[in-house]
Amino acid sequence: MPTKPASPLLQLLNLQVSYGGIQAVKGVDLELFKGELVCLIGANGAGKTTTLNAIAGVLPLAGGEIRYNDVKINAIPAHKRLRQGIALVPEGRGIFTRLTVEENLRMGAYSRRDQDGIEADLEKVYTMLPRVKERLAQVAGTLSGGEQQMVAIGRALLSRPKLLLLDEPSMGLAPLVVEKIFEVVQSVAKEGVTILLVEQNANLALEFSQRGYVMESGKITLTGSGNELLADPKVREAYLGEVA
Amino acid sequence: MNELVSAVPWLGKRNPMAARWLIIIIAIAAPIIAMQFGRSWVRILDFALLYMMLALGLNLVVGFAGLLDLGYIAFYAVGAYTFAFLASPHFGIHLPFWMVLPLGAAFAALAGIMLGFPVLRLRGDYLAIVTLGFGEIIRIFMLNLNYPINITNGPQGINAIDPIVLFGWDLSRNLQVTEDISIHSLYLYYYFFLACVVGSVIFIQRLQISRVGRAWAAMRDDELAAKAIGINTRNLKLLAFSLGATFGGVAGCLFGAFQGFVSPESFSLMESIAVLTMVVFGGMGNIAGAIVGAFALALLPEILRDVAVPMQQTLFGKVILDPEVLRMLLLSLAMILMMLLRPAGLIPARARYAHPENLHRIVNK
Repeated sequence: MPTKPASPLLQLLNLQVSYGGIQAVKGVDLELFKGELVCLIGANGAGKTTTLNAIAGVLPLAGGEIRYNDVKINAIPAHKRLRQGIALVPEGRGIFTRLTVEENLRMGAYSRRDQDGIEADLEKVYTMLPRVKERLAQVAGTLSGGEQQMVAIGRALLSRPKLLLLDEPSMGLAPLVVEKIFEVVQSVAKEGVTILLVEQNANLALEFSQRGYVMESGKITLTGSGNELLADPKVREAYLGEVA
Repeated sequence: MNELVSAVPWLGKRNPMAARWLIIIIAIAAPIIAMQFGRSWVRILDFALLYMMLALGLNLVVGFAGLLDLGYIAFYAVGAYTFAFLASPHFGIHLPFWMVLPLGAAFAALAGIMLGFPVLRLRGDYLAIVTLGFGEIIRIFMLNLNYPINITNGPQGINAIDPIVLFGWDLSRNLQVTEDISIHSLYLYYYFFLACVVGSVIFIQRLQISRVGRAWAAMRDDELAAKAIGINTRNLKLLAFSLGATFGGVAGCLFGAFQGFVSPESFSLMESIAVLTMVVFGGMGNIAGAIVGAFALALLPEILRDVAVPMQQTLFGKVILDPEVLRMLLLSLAMILMMLLRPAGLIPARARYAHPENLHRIVNK
């Protein structure tokens, strides 16, 4: 585990977000240090996706503060946050279904101009995701769910993120495929990318993460290392389907 | 062009070169053939070219950027009225064509941005409703701005609009080549409009594979994901509305000058729907589709008008169905058949968004 620097890469201070008239996130405090893989788990409707979208800047805040590299970024629009290194892989993958796989990947580098760097990063993504490479010329909408998820992750990597926000990469996928996706996530983390992972599959997420946060109706109720949370009876009861 | 070529039945895929020449020859020879059936047919072809420009512009908004616009004809109106204000006896201003055209385009683009701002957060049905309202607002303005100060001359419209004059060459006069041979004005307009359409196609084709075109495609497929990869969706939506409107404005200027008369009734909701139908019928998000759709749907009703009335008279001895009613019926039938047989339009979109030189050739090793 990397040594923690003094100040976190990402810091949420009393984050509040309203969505469709309801306050979905009611004061979340969260810290993320450089190089960490941290998961945010919780039931449906707990406000995990809303939190993530707010960090990426696609949802406006109702209150609180987002600090990135020790700078308040509340007012910075989404496309500029990406340039600072915050990339989001949206829920439900959000790939561009009518473009080909390669076009999808290249769109990830939309805000970059360094052609050589882009080509090098493409090669890196291809080695990391060999299945994607086989399907470059295919229209992305015709891929399987797992392949689409890989494309979505690959696309986010092409923006050269420092902080990767992953929203439920396991959603709707077969267990075997989920495992593959998590392996990819882990290899991305090994490259030094800081990852905040939102998951409903708490068991797997905690296993792979260094730390975790548990979210319930818009608030963080528990936090600790992955193993601590896995062992916590409350977590086991609520999210891992065990009767205490 | 390549899409259009491959859409030519039988010939397109087997011999693209021949198909290409066929299209060019048809485009050049069309008015000469049409003249054999009467002058009005050349006029209809001229209008078909204007519709092509409108369909190309609307396709930018609806097909490329995925923003459903039901008030597109408003920009056509802005262009036409700009020309009417600045080049007619109505205000006594007679600016030259090449000065009014950019002004008309600019005003239409401005109107596009004006429409774009309030609808930035709207999507789908709601966007359609607001744009529809916008189109009607413009039309009603044109209809009623004759009081207290007469600006638009109300329902009577503005007439005696100046013709298109290019460097002292008046397109509304027959071109006298020698004493006996003259080229009819309708031909001149046809070839000028054809050049405008070709120019638009080249511009839009370049646009489609540019950064902007790819960003539009991304936004159309998934807006959230587009934001997440760093696309400024607000600016791109405004750009789509204003660029689309520019084409409408240019077509409007040409329309005003060609017809010599503008009135609010040319810019009804039905016209917006007609242009949208052309885009959908031809194949959304597709330049060739917009062209073929506009051509087919601008011509079809006229052919019908010409055929249906005599046919009914010989068959039944009287006209049972008015051609206008029949037109709507057959148009609806065409749409239903299209939805059943070719749901993606006559020429389904199959555009590449990346520059071909950037795409890797996939070689099986």
